[in-house]
Amino acid sequence: MSAQDTIRATVEGNDVVLFMKGTKTMPQCGFSSRVAGVLNFMGVSYVDVNVLADADIRQGIKDYSDWPTIPQLYVKGEFVGGCDIVTEMTLSGELDQLFDAKGVAYDKDAADKIREANA
Amino acid sequence: MAMTASELEQLLRESFPAAKITITDLAGDGNHYAAEVIDASFKGKNRVQQQRDVYAALKGKMDGANGVLHALALTTKAPE
Repeated sequence: MSAQDTIRATVEGNDVVLFMKGTKTMPQCGFSSRVAGVLNFMGVSYVDVNVLADADIRQGIKDYSDWPTIPQLYVKGEFVGGCDIVTEMTLSGELDQLFDAKGVAYDKDAADKIREANA
Repeated sequence: MAMTASELEQLLRESFPAAKITITDLAGDGNHYAAEVIDASFKGKNRVQQQRDVYAALKGKMDGANGVLHALALTTKAPE
């Protein structure tokens, strides 16, 4: 399978996918760490793809989304954004709305705690 | 491999001549910046579209190993 096929299969075959540097338990970049941290704290079930483990995926995901940076968050096959967008959406409550609309389970109280801590 | 805040602003200015642009050097190393771009062209676009426009303006400066910029925290919006 080509890198593009692998990426498409991963993104379309899982509800929530995070392409990141490192893993959800051991992120290797502050930006990846921030998004993984939000998802972990909110108790979202997601697949993490470590782009550092595969150079073809690392470049391929940028081509796939036409987005030059890592991390990249996908929900139900759709590209949501990178670190800055996910951070803004978390604090504004838009991420909750997106998860609600897409039927993705998460801990609403934990999301509220993130917002309280950053208010 | 780095660039100054004014070089970065100039680059963005070429694509967004009328925008309000605020650059912050986060680490003081010319490699980690935050940029806020407020431009009328963002009206009606979602954040992904807005930030794609900004990345396009950077003309490959963030392209991984060959890029001169490692980190750029972006905030984009249309004027109120």
